[in-house]
Amino acid sequence: MELLKEKCVGPINELEIGSGVYAVKVGGQTCMPFLFQEGRMPHAPVTAVEILDCEPVDWPEDLVKSLGSRAKDPVVWAKDVLSETHANMLCVRLQSAHPDWVNRSSDDAVSVLKKIALAVDVPLIVIGCGDDEKDNDLMPKVSQALKGYNALLGVASQNNYKTITATCLADGHSLIAESPIDVNIAKQLNILVSDMGFDPRRIVMHPTTASLGYGMEYTYSIMERSRQAAFMGDKMLAMPFILFIGAETWRTKESKDGGVLGGVNWEIATAVSMLQAGAEILVMRHFAAAKSVSKFVELLMKRGR
Amino acid sequence: MLVIGELINGMFRDVAKAIQNREVDIIQHLAEEQVNAGADALDINTGPYSKDPKADMKWLVESIQKATNVSLCLDSTRADVIEEGLKAVKSRAIINSTSADVEKMETIFALVKKHKAQVIGIAMDKSGVPNDKAKRIELASRIVAKAMDFGIASEDLFLDPILFPVNVGQEQEKEILESIREFRQLCTPAPNTLVGLSNISQGTNTRSLLNRTFLTMAVANGLTAAILDPLDKELMNALITAELILNKNIYCDSFLEAYRKR
Repeated sequence: MELLKEKCVGPINELEIGSGVYAVKVGGQTCMPFLFQEGRMPHAPVTAVEILDCEPVDWPEDLVKSLGSRAKDPVVWAKDVLSETHANMLCVRLQSAHPDWVNRSSDDAVSVLKKIALAVDVPLIVIGCGDDEKDNDLMPKVSQALKGYNALLGVASQNNYKTITATCLADGHSLIAESPIDVNIAKQLNILVSDMGFDPRRIVMHPTTASLGYGMEYTYSIMERSRQAAFMGDKMLAMPFILFIGAETWRTKESKDGGVLGGVNWEIATAVSMLQAGAEILVMRHFAAAKSVSKFVELLMKRGR
Repeated sequence: MLVIGELINGMFRDVAKAIQNREVDIIQHLAEEQVNAGADALDINTGPYSKDPKADMKWLVESIQKATNVSLCLDSTRADVIEEGLKAVKSRAIINSTSADVEKMETIFALVKKHKAQVIGIAMDKSGVPNDKAKRIELASRIVAKAMDFGIASEDLFLDPILFPVNVGQEQEKEILESIREFRQLCTPAPNTLVGLSNISQGTNTRSLLNRTFLTMAVANGLTAAILDPLDKELMNALITAELILNKNIYCDSFLEAYRKR
C-alpha cells in the first residue's frame, strides 16, 4: 500500500548556538519527530543541564543530595555537569539576582556568570531571575558580558520582551520567547519580537513546560499544533522548542516524595514525551536523568541513519 | 489559497502599451507590486491588441522572471502562444486554460505533460457557458476524466466553474458556489478550484465589495485558488480573514500581518 504523505511547505528554522567545535545546531527538520520515512531530521534534539548561580535552597532534598558539595560552587557544578553528563549545553539560571532570594546586584551576578562561562566550552543558555524589573537591568549586562558567545538568552514574554530583544539583537544572541501554553500568544510574541528587527530564525519558543501528571498533554498539543502549522508554511511558528523539564518536574509531589528514583524517572518520562512532541532543547536538572535522556535520543536517532 | 495576480494583462491599456513598447520596468514593477501584496503566482495575458502574441508572451515571461521567481500562469486561448511561454518559464507554470472540448483538452494536456505544468480546466465547451450546476459538474467531470487519462495528478488541476457578472446572471451565483463545493468531491485527492474573481463585478460600480464578498463565500465553499487583484487590500484582508475562520491559519492578534510575513 502506498504511504500517503503530507507535503511539508516550510521546514523548522535551523539555529546554531555557541561557537567553535562545541556549537550546537537544532531544528531544520521537515517531519514530525523521528518520522524519518516522512522527511528530514538533520539534527538530534539536545540536552542541557541547568545550574543556579547560587546554592539551591528550595530544591527538593533528593535533587540537592545528588549534587553534593558541588552545589555550593556554581563553577564546580558547571564543570561537573559537562564531565559527568556530557550534556550538549549548559543552562545557567541567575536565581541569585531575584529580589526575594539573595538579591545579588546585576553586576555581581554577571561576574559569577563570567567565571562559569570561562570554565566551560559548551554553548550557554542564560535565564534571568524571573523578576521583570530586575531582569530588565540584569539581562542587558549578561548580554554584553557574553558578546561573541552566541548564547541563548531568556526569557521574553508578551508583557516584557523589548529590553531583552533589543539587547540580544545588539550582542548577537538568540532569544527564548515564552508563552503561557497558548499557541495564539506564542505566534503573536514571535511577531512582536520580529517587528523589532530581530531575526525570527534566532527565536526559540518556550511553550511553557508542564510536567507529566500536571497538564503535560496541554503543552504536547500546543507543540503539535504549532508544528503542523509551521510545516504548512507558517513562518511565525517555525521556531525550535525549548522545554525546562527539570525545573518543572522537580516541583511535583511525586518527585519530592518518590525517593530519588521517583524524581529522576519523572524527569525522564516528561522529557521523552516532549521529544515526541517536537522538543529540540531539553533542559534537565538531575545528572542521571540528563544522561538517560541523551542516550535515549541517540537510540531514536539511530533509526534514521 | 493560491492567489494569482491578474494585472499583467494586455486588456489593460497601460499594460498593452508597455508590451508594445517593450517597457520592461513597467511590467517588472507590476509583477513585484503584486508579489509584495501577496500574489503566489502571476497571470500573464498578452491581450487583444497584441500583434504578435507569441513574441509578446516570450518577452513577458522573460521580463517578469528577471524580477520575481513566483509561478507564472500562461493565459491565452491559443496553444502555440502558451507553448512559447512554457519554453521560457524557469519554474513550474500553470496553463490558463482548457475547456471541456475533447480536442482542446488533448492539445493542452499534452503540453501539461510535456512541460510538467499545472492546468486550469474551465467548465464550458463549444455549446457555451453552462447555466446550471448540473451542467457545470458534467463538464468538470469530463475534464477530470480526461486529465486522469493523461496521468495528470488531480492536485495539478484547477477547475473553474466560470463566474457570471452579478448584473448578468444573478441567479447563477448560488449555482456556482455549490459547483465549487461539488468539484472538490470529483476525485481524491481533491482537485483545486479556481475563479477569475473580477468577473463577478464586471460592469458594476461596487466592484471591490462584490469581489471580496463573493471571495469569502467561495472560500467557505472550498475555493483553493483565484485570479484576482492583489493590490485591493480590503480584498486580501477579507481573504486572509476567511481562511483564518476556516482554521487554515493559527490565530494571533496580528493575524493579517502574520499572514503577510509567511
